[in-house]
Amino acid sequence: MTDASPQPPHIEVRELTMAYGASVIQSDLNFTINQGDIFVIMGGSGCGKSTLLKHMLGLLRPSTGDILYSGDSFFQASEAEQGAMRQRWGITYQSGGLFSAMTLAENITLPLELYTRYTRAEIRDIVAYKLALVGLAGYQSYYPSEISGGMRKRAALARAIALDPQILFFDEPSAGLDPISSRLLDELIVQIKESMGATVVMVTHELPSIFAIANNSVYLDNITHTMIAYGDPAELRDHSTVPVVRQFLTRSAAADIEDKP
Amino acid sequence: MSSQPPEYTLQQEEQDTAALVLSGDWEQGQHPAGFSGLRSELASRHLTHLTADGSSLGHWDSMLMSFLLQCHDCCKAQGTVFETRNMPSGIEQLLAVATAVEPRTEPAKARTSWLSQLNPQRLLREAWEHLQESLAFTGEVTVAMTRLVRGKANTRFVDFMNFCYQAGPHAFGIISLTSVLVGMILAYLGAVQLKQFGAEIYVANLVVIGMLREMGVLMTAVVMAGRTGAAYAAQLGTMQTNEEIDAITTMGISPVEFLVLPRMLALIVIMPLLTLYADLLGIIGGGIVAGGMGIAPVQYIIQGETALSFSHIAVGLLKALVFAVLIAVAGCRAGINSGRSSAAVGQAATNAVVTAIVYLIVADAAINIIFQHLHI
Repeated sequence: MTDASPQPPHIEVRELTMAYGASVIQSDLNFTINQGDIFVIMGGSGCGKSTLLKHMLGLLRPSTGDILYSGDSFFQASEAEQGAMRQRWGITYQSGGLFSAMTLAENITLPLELYTRYTRAEIRDIVAYKLALVGLAGYQSYYPSEISGGMRKRAALARAIALDPQILFFDEPSAGLDPISSRLLDELIVQIKESMGATVVMVTHELPSIFAIANNSVYLDNITHTMIAYGDPAELRDHSTVPVVRQFLTRSAAADIEDKP
Repeated sequence: MSSQPPEYTLQQEEQDTAALVLSGDWEQGQHPAGFSGLRSELASRHLTHLTADGSSLGHWDSMLMSFLLQCHDCCKAQGTVFETRNMPSGIEQLLAVATAVEPRTEPAKARTSWLSQLNPQRLLREAWEHLQESLAFTGEVTVAMTRLVRGKANTRFVDFMNFCYQAGPHAFGIISLTSVLVGMILAYLGAVQLKQFGAEIYVANLVVIGMLREMGVLMTAVVMAGRTGAAYAAQLGTMQTNEEIDAITTMGISPVEFLVLPRMLALIVIMPLLTLYADLLGIIGGGIVAGGMGIAPVQYIIQGETALSFSHIAVGLLKALVFAVLIAVAGCRAGINSGRSSAAVGQAATNAVVTAIVYLIVADAAINIIFQHLHI
């Protein structure tokens, strides 16, 4: 694509304030995510990371502000346009979100049946391919309750990429996984993202995976109720002017971090 | 931009190597020649090397990837080396990821067909297991009860009060409706027959005895099985899914004492009270119908009083106690033994209601037969 006019950022969050009733969770959030970024939402427990993700997914409405996808506002779009935007997203939830009454194959088949014109046989082949991609080839007829937690996470990833999405959202992708599986999942996310040219947005506080894969991030503070750091996490760890961010990213106790000028 | 249909051609290169040249747009909406044709062609050629060539490839998505994966698997099965050349880097990467883990070769687990589920031997075995499970559960509850009586059980009074409140006052509306209507139905049924003998006044006897001994308690029990029994199964099933029951067990608390007893005791206390309430409303409902047929309210009351006896009320209350235990056992057992998925919780709730209603009807019949023989 030729750049006559600069392309709008893939995702843009503008003046976002999130609140449950009168209690404000986070206010004045401003950040952009570019095509191909791996973007991490960080912050202490209860600061509103998952709430921010739910706003980005359109599950919750912002009190004020807006979220733009490729320059188009999600919340001002009609329901049909929102549906079209959502088809370009792949999402894995904290505990997988796989339908427990369906086998893995049926879970992945569902979005393909709903939104594509593939024939039944083609869908079956694509499901086999998606499962192979996450290392679960041959597990078509298993129910989510019959496989381990790590496999469930990968199966959820297979369902998220069923429609070849442009944006992948992850809520705590590696929570509850051992370090090796967690690292393999990180690698898988990077490989899939790179080969599909997708943008990744994830909520996580696994430091190793943040430094291994993320190239952009935002830190939400639960005392001031706004974002206090924004940028490459490795950069923030070494050069952030905010002590609590360096503390978070170096996993140290408060006393070890003195205020940088 | 016009899209070109996806195609492949197999070009022999040397004695036993070939190139699979892919062209066109391999994406959604296109219909490529299926893989089965290629499979038979590959099988007939006995190649040692197959190279997929992507130099004239257009757009692509998962459709191409699933095709290539099948080529890879098919070549592997035949002992052919599968390679790619001139492919976009994304394809190489994805193929590498997809083929990194060996597919699970263990045969897919046999799912039982619906026909084999009707196998009488299997059904009998299941019924037997179900009965054993129920008896074991009843045993556990009995043990917990004795601990409670001896003051050693970990049952919280607060829980008990909560469940009483949920089971009692919240059920007033639906119990009122069903019992007034059942009283009216009884009265209609009796009135039509008794009129033929000019004995309409005995409708009062029929309604009073019918409600007190049978219909009041049975209808209350059915409503409670659907309302409270199912709720218990769903609550406990969700707790099982959430690992709450594991947490309770590892705290050294018996789940039966902590979760089942307060629910069961609440039903045992509430059911007789609801039954009395249902009896009263049923008799009033009968009175309304009787009034419509020319029997004055005073007449209805006086005639009804002659039928009223302590033993009728006592039979109804005794049934209420038995039914309360049965509903609680069916609901809690289904919940505690529930699987750990959302589907399993739904299954547990269904199970609770079905089992409870079967228990109710069997127990009602048994009690009636026993009392018949005892002339009560």
